[in-house]
Amino acid sequence: MSRTIKLRKGLDISLLGEANKVRAEFKMPNTVAIKPTDFHLLTPKMKVKVGDKVKAGSIIFYDKYNESIKCASPVSGVIQDIVRGAKRKIMEILIAADSEIEYEITDAANPKDLSSDEVKSRMLASGLWMMIKQRPIDVVADPKRTPKAIFVSAFDSSPLAPDFNYILNGKTEEFQAGLEALKKLTSGEVHLTLNGKSQSDETFTGAQGVQLNKIIGKHPAGNVGTQIHHIDPINKGESVWTVNAQDVVLIGRYFISGKYDAKKTIALTGSEVKDPHYCETIIGANLNTILDGQITSENVRVISGNVLTGEKVEADGHIGFYSNQVTVIPEGNQLKFVLTKGWLGPGFDKFSNSRLFPTWLMPGKKYKLDTNTNGEERAFVVTGEMEKVFPFDILPMQLAKAAITDDIDAMENLGIYEVAPEDFALCEYVCTSKIDIQDKIRQGLDLIQKECM
Amino acid sequence: MKFLENIVHKMEPKFSKGGKLEKWNPVFESFATLAFTPSIVTKKGSHIRDGVDLKRTMITVIIALLPCLLFGIYNTGHWEMVAAAGDRSLPFWADQWDKIVAGLWVVLPMIVVSYGVGLTIEFIFGIMKGHALHEGFLVSGMLIPLIMPADVPLWMVGVSTAFAVIIGKEIFGGTGMNILNVALTARAFLFFAYPTSMSGDTVWMSGKEASVDGFTGSTALGDLASFMSDKPVFENIDVYTNNYSLMDSFLGFIPGSIGETSVFAVLIGAAILIWTGVGSFRIISSFFLGGYFMGLLLNGIGGNEYLELPAYFHLVIGGFAFGAVFMATDPVTAAQTATGKWIYGFLGGLIAILIRVLNPAYPEGVFLAILFMNVMAPIIDHYVVQSNIKRRLKRLKTA
Repeated sequence: MSRTIKLRKGLDISLLGEANKVRAEFKMPNTVAIKPTDFHLLTPKMKVKVGDKVKAGSIIFYDKYNESIKCASPVSGVIQDIVRGAKRKIMEILIAADSEIEYEITDAANPKDLSSDEVKSRMLASGLWMMIKQRPIDVVADPKRTPKAIFVSAFDSSPLAPDFNYILNGKTEEFQAGLEALKKLTSGEVHLTLNGKSQSDETFTGAQGVQLNKIIGKHPAGNVGTQIHHIDPINKGESVWTVNAQDVVLIGRYFISGKYDAKKTIALTGSEVKDPHYCETIIGANLNTILDGQITSENVRVISGNVLTGEKVEADGHIGFYSNQVTVIPEGNQLKFVLTKGWLGPGFDKFSNSRLFPTWLMPGKKYKLDTNTNGEERAFVVTGEMEKVFPFDILPMQLAKAAITDDIDAMENLGIYEVAPEDFALCEYVCTSKIDIQDKIRQGLDLIQKECM
Repeated sequence: MKFLENIVHKMEPKFSKGGKLEKWNPVFESFATLAFTPSIVTKKGSHIRDGVDLKRTMITVIIALLPCLLFGIYNTGHWEMVAAAGDRSLPFWADQWDKIVAGLWVVLPMIVVSYGVGLTIEFIFGIMKGHALHEGFLVSGMLIPLIMPADVPLWMVGVSTAFAVIIGKEIFGGTGMNILNVALTARAFLFFAYPTSMSGDTVWMSGKEASVDGFTGSTALGDLASFMSDKPVFENIDVYTNNYSLMDSFLGFIPGSIGETSVFAVLIGAAILIWTGVGSFRIISSFFLGGYFMGLLLNGIGGNEYLELPAYFHLVIGGFAFGAVFMATDPVTAAQTATGKWIYGFLGGLIAILIRVLNPAYPEGVFLAILFMNVMAPIIDHYVVQSNIKRRLKRLKTA
């Protein structure tokens, strides 16, 4: 039964630097990196050593505590380095990429004809399993569980997000095959949620055998968390899996072609990008091929992902496993004089959800925002501001406080099982007291994982 | 501004860790961040942040308080002249400059004392705990003089401010952690520690000594409260309303605490707070509703002149409006959930009028009602949160 959901709460942050609908050709990066830190709570156990040759699809590491979860190399080449951080934690596996990708070949098969165990074992063996995330906890899905539903969002509503209608246009067959595979993994429905505000691409509207829902509203309407909450909310003991729409295509491509082809389209966005556009690239690609000659100023922050949930990377760093965009914005590490750009300034350059800034006077304006926190961290003082951007029947501030105080009972009662840190991104954005709420929620989830799972 | 920036950069090493003046870093930081929004950047999570911070939020409250402050200064000057002449019929809009000077002479020292004492204590705690000044007191320091009677000695302002900041706030952990509204704690302290300086007929007009025999400096509320005693000031409520007309009470041409008398000025502040979203519309409107409802209820019971005072009169006299707009809305001590705010405001208004009318010991009930509701707010929130939890548990059973 398909549903249409209307949201009243939320916030669309309008930024400069939306990607033009031009797609740059695929250029092979010289290095590719897989960052185990992208897979939260997963402890990698290496299968390869520095100097080993790998093909695209070769397993490079697996989860120490759940050996069936494996991660594959997206390209063929030589393991150049295994970068370790504090306590010898593995931060990055650097692979020097061949100019032509050599694939591990398996049998192609239509997932429709496979049993659900076969689909599962193929996805685990190929490393595609990493693309499936589970709620609660927001980590790579546990293959031993069966989710009550799988959610795929057909659009991304975050600031400067890539337009899935554009990047997945013409990938109908691969997308459908991916959905077929996902359907084998759940006892319930696969939900595909479309943007109710605009016409979706045929790739999505033509999807077969899934429940098509529509959601109308501001960001975070495109977040799976919001969609799950309104369509099939998670209760204690249940689990729901989520897959990014572009990753569904990669899964489908694997089943159709029998090889792990991790090429995808990302959006290069942000106010500090000369020519924001879309690029064909590959999971984990080095950014220097993409950003070459594109950054317009010196003091910038490069983010793999969007400005609300992305990861800070170096300009010659690598794209994160789940990222569909790269955003470049100015760093805000300057003092700002009180009367011009500081706390007493007119504030025409600041985007604010409150009326303390003249944002409401200029509804169409696009902003160039930097990474300054615009104030110091304080205890929670202002109430009611998070509720305006949090379209859940959950009390965000109370839940955040429960997470900060490690109160497991309160977190369970207040709905920690339904949320992921990204759902709190806007709360963190609007917070007057400048508290890192996503981080607090992450710590809360980690505690729940440790104590209750 | 390069010049100022250079000074900050030059001073920074001295105050930072390992520097000569390391201990004084909180003080340095407080002043540096007043002049410049610091260069702190986000680390992970949300890489951009809303422009709003606590400093801007607090300065908005101070701006909203300005109409009350300005009117309060003038009004204080006016009543000082009235008291000196012993004649209540002095025209309000005459000798403006004299009144302003007289008002400033009374109000400014109170502001200086309140900020001086409060900020000193805040800085001491800041240095002890190693954090910069938190902005909460910027508002409390302005509120405290505005809810004092004009004739209160300055040392009492200082003592009550010190009490409020230390006992009311800092022992709980500072801004954002307090249970009771800081400014009202100061007033409550004065009220119970020095009752003769906080109530009665002699404190509401400055410089009463010079007055004429037989003149009383009583307020509307004092006169109304006398209806409950054996010797009412007025024969009946009509005589009262002739003396303090609704319009005068609304515009604030009556004696009272410095900032509270003009409902008009308070409403300008309310408009600023509600429009910017800094003050909760829910609390303000439900507070007025609660007060009006209680007024009607008392009208319905009737029985004596005070009980029959038209309900809307309650909303314009005393500190009711000021309390509703600037005190009850303090986000730290009010209820924090949306539903909770409605309940909190409504009960606050209700109890304020209940105490005001029915308790002969306290002619004004607003500050007591708000303090009481401050204590009750967590309980209200608790039940609102429980209902949210139950609603989501129900989902599990029906599914």
